[in-house]
Amino acid sequence: MLKASPTSRRSALAAALFGLVVLGGVDSPVSAQTAGAPIRIGSTLALTGPLSATAQIHRIVGEIYVEQLNKRGGLLGRQVEWIVKDDQSKADLARTLYEQLVTADKVDLLIGPYATGAILSAMGVAQRYNKVLVHHTLGIPSLAKYDMQFPAWSLGADPATTVPNTIFDALAAGPKPPKTVAVVTNKFPSIQFMTAGAREVMKKRGLTEVLFLEWDFGNRDFGPIANRIKDAKPDFVWVGAIGLDGNLLLDAMKKLDYVPPQHFYLYPAPGPLVSLPEAKNALSVTIFEDQLPFTSAPGAAEFVKIYRERATKAGLADPSVETQAAASYTAWQILEAGVVATKSLDDKAIATWLKANKVDTLQGKLRFDGLGNFGDDLMRVKQVQNGHWVVVWPKEVTSGGAKLLAP
Amino acid sequence: MSAFTLPSASLLSQSVLSGIFVGALYGLMGLGLSLNWGLLRLINLAHFAFAFLAAYLCYELASRGLDPLLALAAIVPLFFAIGAGLQGLVARFAITPFNSLLLTFGLTGIVEALIQSIWTADFRKLESSYAQQKFKVGTLFVPVPELITLVLAVAISAAVWAVLRYTDLGRALRGAAEDAPIAAAFGVNQKANALLLAGTCAALASIAGVCLALSFTLAPSQIYAWIGVVFAAVMLGGLGRALGPLVAGTLIGVSEAVTMAVTAPSWAPMVSFTLLIAVLVLRPGKSA
Repeated sequence: MLKASPTSRRSALAAALFGLVVLGGVDSPVSAQTAGAPIRIGSTLALTGPLSATAQIHRIVGEIYVEQLNKRGGLLGRQVEWIVKDDQSKADLARTLYEQLVTADKVDLLIGPYATGAILSAMGVAQRYNKVLVHHTLGIPSLAKYDMQFPAWSLGADPATTVPNTIFDALAAGPKPPKTVAVVTNKFPSIQFMTAGAREVMKKRGLTEVLFLEWDFGNRDFGPIANRIKDAKPDFVWVGAIGLDGNLLLDAMKKLDYVPPQHFYLYPAPGPLVSLPEAKNALSVTIFEDQLPFTSAPGAAEFVKIYRERATKAGLADPSVETQAAASYTAWQILEAGVVATKSLDDKAIATWLKANKVDTLQGKLRFDGLGNFGDDLMRVKQVQNGHWVVVWPKEVTSGGAKLLAP
Repeated sequence: MSAFTLPSASLLSQSVLSGIFVGALYGLMGLGLSLNWGLLRLINLAHFAFAFLAAYLCYELASRGLDPLLALAAIVPLFFAIGAGLQGLVARFAITPFNSLLLTFGLTGIVEALIQSIWTADFRKLESSYAQQKFKVGTLFVPVPELITLVLAVAISAAVWAVLRYTDLGRALRGAAEDAPIAAAFGVNQKANALLLAGTCAALASIAGVCLALSFTLAPSQIYAWIGVVFAAVMLGGLGRALGPLVAGTLIGVSEAVTMAVTAPSWAPMVSFTLLIAVLVLRPGKSA
């Protein structure tokens, strides 16, 4: 949990007392007293449990953002205090904790957790109390029914169609456009949903599906799956991967002396995958990478630098900013923009403003006037080249003219 | 695409081999659990946490240049002491089998938190010279780390079986499990034997952990991913039986792998529990 430093608290208290004495005629002593109190923003993160690896990214980003915000003078002239509770990777617990944040902790604002299940829980609570909820990485936009929720992950309103199209566009423009595809996927909801969309897109594009396999979240043995991919001899492998699925599958393929010709991983743990030699030419999607032109966004270069330091210190396997960290930072930017523009903590006013305006973020200008308050699909295609992720599609965001490679 | 695919011979045989390898790990992991449960009446959920802690220690030592198999020389005695210590605690407070479940579940959470605080929640992969090694037998690819696990599982299970069957210690342990007062009347030092056995079980968990680190990527939360299937192997194999977990684990591993080869991999987890239910239904009173 982040709290304002004692010095800044004393300064804030002094300012509040000064206001009371000098201005005398304020409406209410209570409002005068609270004018200097920190603005409290509440959230949960999966600090423990199976989702905790990614939650560490969001924790670091939140700490950096609140520090930077307080250095800039906070919000509405008040320091910001971030109250973050551990939802233990449990969506039901997230619901209870958000309820506590609103009713017991009486936070001024909410900010979302990062995983789809926890976000939906938080959204229910936010809706019950008419609070704005800016959330980090909701994977299924159609589930976002609440009017005052705002996504920080620029997936677009129909990612199951637009994202696969972006990927197959990239492949079609590459050196070896595939004709046959093996589709293998984790059954994790936000993954399965995107893979189902990819299969539809493939059909429409006239690609032949030579294999379709699904496995449960937590699958241990990827040997038989690797074997079946090898047997199917596809030109391209779509892996509906989450976390370490990609690494485990590539490990299993290696044991069979099999190298997939072209391969894509939906939401892999980015650090572990890029460090695997077998992941050469692996494709994935991103909204931000630690490279130009992404780092030319205002504040991006500084954030990337600080994040790298903190993530390294925290022992994270990959200290570079990518989708998760960027979405997390964006969530804070959206909330700040709403408060600053409306000069208030009124949730309804903030929501109305956000729906009517675009917000400058790390990902670019985001709008919230589409289905489920989603705006444009800004997902880009990246590829492992020389042990690094390089954005290869679309052309206007490639770094140094990088191109998609195929063996 | 149809739900059922006729596999090629190479796919089927490679899948069976893959099942044998993963089944050997189920068996090795289940061995200590089975002995603890069957002979000491301690349902030790922390067994999985011990295995993962050993895997992380192996990862740590390997990252400092030590061969993972040589790391066993340091890890095994350490875990023997931890297991004996835990048994001392259980005996001191006369913890019942049901309460042992609660105690060791809590201990698992503590160990998970400890692992997370030291190595973070990020995934870790042990890099060793073994990881890159494999060879081919006919059309079959044989990875060396998995082969090491299989050899260790077979050798250790056989050794434990021989000790339980042919030595005085083994007879004393089995006797105490059958009827403790009678065993005590025959001069069996149950307290010392229990400490020895509990220490051995934890040491077996640590060996399983090293094998786990050789082949799998580690994350603290994955402790729980192994509990269901290993419990199934233990119950199928029979509590307190040395060869049971290995045989049952192999059966489960092969069944899962073949299921994955011929149909949707998501059906594979159902196999172990279907087998377990079938055995419990068809062999009432004989599984334990």
